[in-house]
Amino acid sequence: MGTLVGGGCCAPLVEGPDADATDAVRGRLGPLDPYLIAEPDGHITLNMMVEGITCGGCISTIERSLLKEEAVSKARVNLSTGRLKVTYDPERVAPEHLIATLDLLGYRAVPYDPAALQEGRDQEDKQLLRAMAVAGFAAANVMLLSVAVWAGTYQDMGPATRTLLHWISALVAVPAVFYAGRPFFDSALTAIRAGRTNMDVPISLAVLLATGMSVFQTLRAAEHAYFDSAVTLLFFLLIGRFLDRRARSKARSAAEQMTGLSATAVTVLLPDGSLQAMAPSSVEAGMTVFVPAGSRIPVDGTVLQGQSDVDAQLITGESLPEAVRPGISVFAGAMNVSAPLKIRVDAAGEGTLLAEIARLMEAAEQRRARYVGIADAVARWYAPVVHTMALAAFIFWFFGMGLIWQDSLMISIAVLIITCPCALGLAVPVVQVIACSRLMRQGILLKSGSALERLADIDTLVFDKTGTLTKGQPVLVPNQDADPDDIRRAAGIAAASLHPLSRALVAAAGPGVAPLDDVREVPGAGLEWQGRDGLHRLGSRAFLKLAEDAVPSGGGDSTSGPEIWYARPGQAPIRFAFMDALRDDAAAVVAEFKRLGMDIHLLSGDRDDVVAQTASALGIDAWEARITPDGKLRYLEDLRAAGRKPAMVGDGLNDAPALAAALVSLSPASGADISRTAADVVFQGSHLAPVLEAYHTARDAERLVKQNFALAFLYNAVTVPLAFAGFVTPLLAAVAMSSSSIVVIGNALRLGWRRGGNSPGGKSSGRGWTDSAGSARLKATPVSMGSDPSGSRSA
Amino acid sequence: MSGLLYLIPIALLLGALGLAAFLWAMRSGQFEDLDGAAHRVLFEDDTPDDRNHDNH
Repeated sequence: MGTLVGGGCCAPLVEGPDADATDAVRGRLGPLDPYLIAEPDGHITLNMMVEGITCGGCISTIERSLLKEEAVSKARVNLSTGRLKVTYDPERVAPEHLIATLDLLGYRAVPYDPAALQEGRDQEDKQLLRAMAVAGFAAANVMLLSVAVWAGTYQDMGPATRTLLHWISALVAVPAVFYAGRPFFDSALTAIRAGRTNMDVPISLAVLLATGMSVFQTLRAAEHAYFDSAVTLLFFLLIGRFLDRRARSKARSAAEQMTGLSATAVTVLLPDGSLQAMAPSSVEAGMTVFVPAGSRIPVDGTVLQGQSDVDAQLITGESLPEAVRPGISVFAGAMNVSAPLKIRVDAAGEGTLLAEIARLMEAAEQRRARYVGIADAVARWYAPVVHTMALAAFIFWFFGMGLIWQDSLMISIAVLIITCPCALGLAVPVVQVIACSRLMRQGILLKSGSALERLADIDTLVFDKTGTLTKGQPVLVPNQDADPDDIRRAAGIAAASLHPLSRALVAAAGPGVAPLDDVREVPGAGLEWQGRDGLHRLGSRAFLKLAEDAVPSGGGDSTSGPEIWYARPGQAPIRFAFMDALRDDAAAVVAEFKRLGMDIHLLSGDRDDVVAQTASALGIDAWEARITPDGKLRYLEDLRAAGRKPAMVGDGLNDAPALAAALVSLSPASGADISRTAADVVFQGSHLAPVLEAYHTARDAERLVKQNFALAFLYNAVTVPLAFAGFVTPLLAAVAMSSSSIVVIGNALRLGWRRGGNSPGGKSSGRGWTDSAGSARLKATPVSMGSDPSGSRSA
Repeated sequence: MSGLLYLIPIALLLGALGLAAFLWAMRSGQFEDLDGAAHRVLFEDDTPDDRNHDNH
């Protein structure tokens, strides 16, 4: 069964999967019926989210592999959203077979129901895009006519021609303003009804007043009309609004991808013996649930039948599977490793441990003060200033200088148009969109728009240990004395098992280990193989019936980590010891964060000595071991109460409440579903460098946003006095507005240039964290030796 | 000046054509996968059969 893990990007085409692989998919996903959509021609469409689609090669590989099946009539990958839509003939191919094909290619696919995702918001996106198109069309054409008028002012254009051009402008601009301005008018109306004011109020006022006044001027056959300003203003503001929305919807689709990947049906064993797929929410206590090997346990319950190993790493942080047999309690979210289980549901929905954690999280989120983004903060005081200035201009000219009301109003409108936040409206969203796509290229997903701003603010970094700083996977401790042949033989036996230690042993034996036939797995205990020379056994100390003080052959070290033993006929047993290795770049990333002046904390549910060892290896002074989910939550809240701005990096279920309580939170893509849901940023890959990269991008983005605001204010400082003094003609207004918007966009684009960039003026490049030399250096100092790599580095 | 009488309608018509083309492209789903489209143009073999050509 060639189920690969990790990026299958640009994998070669594969032959169709065998029946075993198809069955494995059936076991992993359960029945697919809820996701199948019937087409009029009898074909079936299946929508899937696919993990690992990163480039054009992926599109081509997936589509061509699927289309090789005659029964597949359509296969279309959406690279932007990581989704796949397949239409096939149900008579000739099973959907599981198609998913198994993707498995073989190395892409993990999970079906979803498109109707369940918010289609309505897509409609709103399109509405905005249409408004933008109309505003763009109107802006271009009205500008064309206005240029003619401006040019005509200095030549021989008569008032009749000028008025004709104004009328044509009105014909284009008035409908366009009413159509394209609706997003602003609606929002402004809502705000006014609620007795508030927001940025859309001055925008709507400026656009409507400018349009209305221009119609009036056209009726009078007057010299100046502001149609071009009104529509250009709308156009630029709509660009900002659209980009803002795009950044949000990218974040949203990342979040949906997360939740979608977790929502798999539960297989319930009915009293009459048949199996039925149910939504997790409709499972009740007392039912019996069937959990195949290799899939997650969906409920809290008691094992009724079957012996297996259960990997509860995501819940408890314990990296080794635990043997279970009938009568033992298991928790939702744990992975059933080696054999099928039947489980009686003790608690479902609100009663589960998972729900308890979710409640803690919710409470933590409520206590977390609502973060006010910089754009909102600026808008909050800027909107009243705009109103006041426009009003002041009118009062000054009408009452103070005795100008006629039409001219006073024109000046007042000019002030409104000039102060209107075109550049301000673009300042944040352009930067966010670019930052978001820069991070996405590196496998970092932003799930909330304000995550970047919050990330730029942090002064404290709290790490979880297992699965975050460490790989969360056991690695064989090199044992010089062990005979390579023995390792290869043991690996040949271990290849039959899905147990993490067996996999680690196979990985350590190197490529080309031939799996031995007829290996028997004793769930929860070990493996047996009948060789020519007798019975070989691989498993726990108890399985091999060894005494507690048995001395392995060939010595081996005496570290107290997880172990398996290998017994051969006529020879002393061999002990294989394992440890949970640090992520390759953990020490380098932690050291860099310390250099940047961060306070680093380490919280873990693991044993004292293990945590102490990790902390000293990474040079972390503040650490706590044996800490409960509630304890982590309180730790984070204490930090915040003390005025710190902590970011939390964690992957486990036990981290979820703490993730929710932190100012900003990051989670690896391999983490528990609920942590990925709680986290603002999710990163892929086996390195920790993305945390650093996300931080640097956040700082870069923050700096650019501030520069943009500065540029926008500078522009206002120059042009507002001119407008107030009545010198701003429609031409000047349009030029100033456009140029400031373009300058802001251009400045934001600089973020995209610094690909994988780092702190300004910093000597280290972003790449340094993932290069092979760096990881080799770090590998040479495994945790179990208790050495302190940071000591040598800081010297 | 009489040139304006036909130049302005032509300009407006061309602009309207562009707008219509954009709205059509949007309706037919051409903006749904901008990143993917950027890569698809580089594929060497056009799918030999027509199975995959419809966007919906």
